[in-house]
Amino acid sequence: MSDKTAEKNHEGKPVPFRGGGFLPRPKKIVAPVVFIALIAFWEFGSRSGFISPLVLPAPSEAFDAFLNLVNTGLLWQHLAASLQRLLIGWFSGTLLGIIVGTLIGLFSLARSGLSPLVSAIFPIPKIALLPLFIIWFGIGEGSKVATILFGTFFPTVIATYGGIDNVDRGLIRMGQSFGLTRMSIIRKIILPGALPAILSGARISAAIAIILLVAAEMIAAEYGIGAYILLAGSLMATDQLITGVALLSILGLIFAWIIGRAEKYFLKWR
Amino acid sequence: MDLNLRHISHRYDDVEVLRDINLDIRRGQIVCIIGPSGCGKSTLLRMIGGLERPTAGEVLQLGVPPADCLNPLTYIFQDFALLPWRTVEGNVSLVLEDHPMDAAARQEIIQDVLARTKLSDFRKAYPRQLSGGMKQRVAIARALAVRPAVLLMDEPLSALDSQTRELLMDDLVDLWEKENYTAAYVTHNLAEAVRLGHKIVVLSRRPGEIRDIVEIDMPLSARTTENTELEAIQKRLWQLMRDEARAADMELVDE
Ligand SMILES: Nc1ncnc2c1ncn2[C@@H]1O[C@H](COP(=O)(O)OP(=O)(O)OP(=O)(O)O)[C@@H](O)[C@H]1O
Ligand SMILES: [Mg+2]
Repeated sequence: MSDKTAEKNHEGKPVPFRGGGFLPRPKKIVAPVVFIALIAFWEFGSRSGFISPLVLPAPSEAFDAFLNLVNTGLLWQHLAASLQRLLIGWFSGTLLGIIVGTLIGLFSLARSGLSPLVSAIFPIPKIALLPLFIIWFGIGEGSKVATILFGTFFPTVIATYGGIDNVDRGLIRMGQSFGLTRMSIIRKIILPGALPAILSGARISAAIAIILLVAAEMIAAEYGIGAYILLAGSLMATDQLITGVALLSILGLIFAWIIGRAEKYFLKWR
Repeated sequence: MDLNLRHISHRYDDVEVLRDINLDIRRGQIVCIIGPSGCGKSTLLRMIGGLERPTAGEVLQLGVPPADCLNPLTYIFQDFALLPWRTVEGNVSLVLEDHPMDAAARQEIIQDVLARTKLSDFRKAYPRQLSGGMKQRVAIARALAVRPAVLLMDEPLSALDSQTRELLMDDLVDLWEKENYTAAYVTHNLAEAVRLGHKIVVLSRRPGEIRDIVEIDMPLSARTTENTELEAIQKRLWQLMRDEARAADMELVDE
């Protein structure tokens, strides 16, 4: 059924449309096209002499350097050394961070004792502490892992207790009203409620971990992507340098992808 | 199990919220608590359920709750308070997991309460997929799962639209017909109060004192809409409330 009087009317013009927009949506093919176009332009510029090889090597040269790295088997040695430091440092830093963040989030004593300390140490660039770590933990793996651990620990603490502070108090009260044990309330209400914040903290700390990894490997490391980049830089081997940087970027992307998967899986209720 | 509130008074720092509340909540009775906004209804309900301590006075349990009762004083919240990361089933399961029982027994209780609240088809749904009325039914199912001796409801229908509210009100009435539960029901809706209450407690503006207690003997099943007797009661309650509400309004302007 429709409004009879409305049907008879044929005058007037359509109402102008002014909604829409402000809703950027990812278009799948755009990114690869931009990427390929940029590399093609770069390659073309290098070959035509428009970009001086001293300033920037051609992508093909960087790729040659990469193949060389693969063929000599050095790639795996560098990657293995870096990944090991990264995973141990990031994992233990995150784990400790979650534990301490939870304590600060739950207990008044921990909060008043630890949170000023965390606020004071958090803004220090951990690279500045690297010489100290070398004295404390030796020039080998210890100082490198410690730097990464330290650097990822603080952002995780802050993300965790911030997340716990933001858990809906109504849900906690609900848990109490049903007589849940303290442990149940923490495990089933508080931690899952803080999980979104913890995961976005993990994203940030992964990026910090990669920065610190390179910094730490630039001091006294035989293998590792940072060491490789440092060596390339001191030899002015810009093709190797670009390769090293590309490896870091890929590492960062893989980390972000893994955390993105974890978010999809753990936060599917959202 | 009956509840007995004795000389309950409460203050938050220098704000006096409740003053000398004396009240009986008897088994099988629904006690509705009405009063102007901010008079301390929610505070009073939190005290009845043991979530908050009154400054003075005490809430007494008379008699013991039935043996199979897992959580004698059980809330139904205005904002539902469902865990968004658990399914309907998981939300009911949450309140059973801390009690010693095997998985089969727990499943049985869950199936039973979901069937009673007509939610069996939505077992695997997450709260975000449900409408407000459905969410509140999940909260009711969760409350029934622990076989409460007294249900404590703080404006359980306030977050819902009026049609849903009607339907859920009917559900509450049906449920009472079947199970004769005991309840304290806070509301600011007088129609709800006269529909559901065996006893209606009118609180004054802050500091909340008992202004009046109205008992309605008519059985719940006989309380249809357009009932002259109920309308008369509602009108009387409204008159009591109106003066308080108006005065409370004025006070807020002063502050
Ligand atoms: N935790 C608290 N700390 C301090 N003041 C509080 C606290 N909780 C409530 N109040 C105050 O106590 C008074 C009573 O609050 P309460 O929530 O019990 O009122 P209410 O009758 O439920 O109101 P409404 O109808 O708005 O739900 C209000 O003035 C409120 O501001
Ligand atoms: Mg209230």
